[in-house]
Amino acid sequence: MSPPPGRPKEGLASHPAMLPAALAIALLAALPWLGLPAFYESFLYLVCHWTILAVSWNILSGYSGYFSFGHGAFFGVGMYASAYLAANLGWPFLLTLAPAAALAALLGLALGAVVFRVKAVRGELFALLTLAVTFVVATVVLNTPIDGGPGVYLHSVAVPEIGPTPSSSLYLMALAGAVATLAIAWRIFVARLGIGLFAIHDDEDVAEVMGVPTYRYKLVAFGTSCALAGLAGGIHALFVTYVTVAETFNITVPLTVVLMSVLGGVRHWAGPAVGALAITSLHYFFTAGIDPLVGRAAVGAILVAVILFMPQGILGFLLKRRRPQARPAASTAAVPAAPTRRAAPSGRSAPLLQVRNLSKSFKGVRALDSVSLDVYPGEILGLLGPNGSGKSTFINVVSGHFPASGGDIQFEGRDLVGLPAHRIARSGIARTYQIPRPFAHMSVLQNVSLVAMFGGAALDQRRALEQAWQWLDFTGLRDKAGALPDELNLHQRKFLELARALAARPRLVLLDEVLSGLTPGEINDAIELIRRIRDRGATIVFVEHVMRAVVALADRVVVLNHGRLIAEGPCESVMKDSEVVRAYLGAPAHA
Amino acid sequence: MTLPSLNLLLQSILSGIFIGALYGLIGLGLGLAWGLLRQINLAHFGLLFLGAYLSYHMATVWGIDPLLTLLVIPPLFFVFGVVMQWLLARFEVSPFNSLLITFGIAVVMESAIQAVWTADFRRLESHYSQMRFTVGSLYVPVPELLTLVLSAGIAILIWAAMRYTDLGKAMRAMAEDAPIAAAFGINQKGLSLVLAGICAALAGVAGICLALTFTLTPSQIFAWVGVVFAAVMLGGLGSAIGPLVAGMIIGVSEAITMAVASPSWAPIVSFSLLILVLLFRPGKIRA
Repeated sequence: MSPPPGRPKEGLASHPAMLPAALAIALLAALPWLGLPAFYESFLYLVCHWTILAVSWNILSGYSGYFSFGHGAFFGVGMYASAYLAANLGWPFLLTLAPAAALAALLGLALGAVVFRVKAVRGELFALLTLAVTFVVATVVLNTPIDGGPGVYLHSVAVPEIGPTPSSSLYLMALAGAVATLAIAWRIFVARLGIGLFAIHDDEDVAEVMGVPTYRYKLVAFGTSCALAGLAGGIHALFVTYVTVAETFNITVPLTVVLMSVLGGVRHWAGPAVGALAITSLHYFFTAGIDPLVGRAAVGAILVAVILFMPQGILGFLLKRRRPQARPAASTAAVPAAPTRRAAPSGRSAPLLQVRNLSKSFKGVRALDSVSLDVYPGEILGLLGPNGSGKSTFINVVSGHFPASGGDIQFEGRDLVGLPAHRIARSGIARTYQIPRPFAHMSVLQNVSLVAMFGGAALDQRRALEQAWQWLDFTGLRDKAGALPDELNLHQRKFLELARALAARPRLVLLDEVLSGLTPGEINDAIELIRRIRDRGATIVFVEHVMRAVVALADRVVVLNHGRLIAEGPCESVMKDSEVVRAYLGAPAHA
Repeated sequence: MTLPSLNLLLQSILSGIFIGALYGLIGLGLGLAWGLLRQINLAHFGLLFLGAYLSYHMATVWGIDPLLTLLVIPPLFFVFGVVMQWLLARFEVSPFNSLLITFGIAVVMESAIQAVWTADFRRLESHYSQMRFTVGSLYVPVPELLTLVLSAGIAILIWAAMRYTDLGKAMRAMAEDAPIAAAFGINQKGLSLVLAGICAALAGVAGICLALTFTLTPSQIFAWVGVVFAAVMLGGLGSAIGPLVAGMIIGVSEAITMAVASPSWAPIVSFSLLILVLLFRPGKIRA
């Protein structure tokens, strides 16, 4: 898999591809006046029709990885909305398109509002759920006066006079829809929303902890995707002139859409359009020339071949060689200091983080049991304890990765309990994972710049990239900027975790065993790096088993055992504490 | 909405049990492959119809007793399943891509079936078709009863095999954690081939039952996907008895809906059930 190709700079009008694109659109729009046979108009209509459906599907499913098999439901809702309003209520056809899109979006938003809250409904379960929704909607439509069984005829509905002939008018409507869909898909692709969706695709939990508002982003993408499908359905109702449940809500629409997108490439905004053109041409020319049966079989066989031999799709395959070069930006600028002023480590000012009676249970196992502790600005606090004592759980709960079962967390006087993880990240807390969890399909640079955009720093894209380069310098990863995380060794992956945490410009950094698995030389480098992080003004809580590092770094340590806090204080005295010794070594035999 | 008579209601429930047994039988192979091999196999439905048409062909054209085709079709399909699994394993296909690939295979199979047997409706007429007897005031058709017996018998057999034989235990271990199972000497590749073969053979058996009880047309292939998926997911992936029980629950609730409301409302039952299970018990399905 290749990383998403280089993201063009923002700004629609100044984009170098704007002029050719505008010319191409103008040419396509002028076609009906050039006297083409109607055959071509209906072919071009179908290309535009499938482009809207496939590209809109990709906005949720390709970008975020939530494969929907329910696109037929939203398409069908739009189709029936237009058919009902135009044929039964006598609305002018063009006016029916807005309600068609709106109703489809509403259904999508209502569904998403429920489904996106259930963590386990991802991957194939989401696909099946949306498929099931299709059949429920179909049954309701079939059994209510919307259809009632016989279908809806649109023979009496006047085709809007846009082009010289009815078939050209339909084509122009679909063309307008396709252009709008492509523009929206491109805009989302290059915007924060698109970057966030690609992060959700790679690792949704991490994306949330890094500051991506995953729930809202998925909902926006789903709503947009459904609205466009509804629009395509509305136009298609007039194209087919006879709308039936069996022809509308079957499995063909979702599967064709998935096929087109996968064939074209789901990691690019235009991939599904390429697929739509390819499959529609295949269909059309097979059904026109050869036996339609052979055409269907060929489409099935092509699907199998593409998945096996070209899993990233046509566009992904073509773009693979054009992977963006790591641009060595001028790095003379100093690494920015964290926003807060440097406080003396020993200064007992108001605590930065105040934890009171924090508890976390997993099905009866108390991983954290009434833990209370304070973290003061500018200090390095070591969090110690035997395996399973609750150290990582503490970090997971404070960062919002897991919800707390009870207790209070205050950060700079603000209550964190119950906040979604992305809000916690935005408020100035960043963390690393014990086992590095980079976004697998993004380059090292993109991994870091994403956090600069979504974390506490909340920068725009260009500034985020500049900062990301500086954090790569800081962690010594500049040479690897263009690499995928898979190409890094453990040491580099750990430092990538650090760079990501720092790019958020947090006031509090939670480090979960950044040193485990490193060689003694690498540990020395890391200790030096952590010191430098603190010198820039961040406060650090770190979980560590490497005692040499704890002694070298920690101003103060707390010790957890079985989820309880058993000791707190300067390193030397805590290490002599009898309860701590017992927790690590067991009770002395002669006691 | 009119309330049906008690007799009609009982007859509905009985037919719901029969159709549920068929859902369960179709879902058995699908669920085993999904739970144990991590494959969502849409080609299962292509095999189902291929089995049905082959059985139809042997019975009506060659005059073979439909039940004797049970000896021919499943072994044939076993080989097909093994070959397909070998290919999927060779290309290291992910669970999601398996869905797309097997959909492609199913489309090819649908076209092939239509090319051979045309899109017309086909009905397997044999001396079983009209056989029925009455219990009290209820009609019991023999083909449906045969389906129920086969479905329940095979489900119990597979449940016992999974539980008590070394092969079954090895398969469960493999599904739980393939690398660890391999470390304990389980031949994962070989087992997967056998399992895929068994699943395909089960599709063949289900196809024969389908031919005995339904009129066939190639375009119906995908009409079965939704309801069978519902049965598999309600019953639990990789479970032998689950799809049968869930299939019957769906079948009976559909039959009652048909009797009380109208037949066209029936699909809403299974799909609403599926949506509710997905939303409220997703962990059960993942397991």
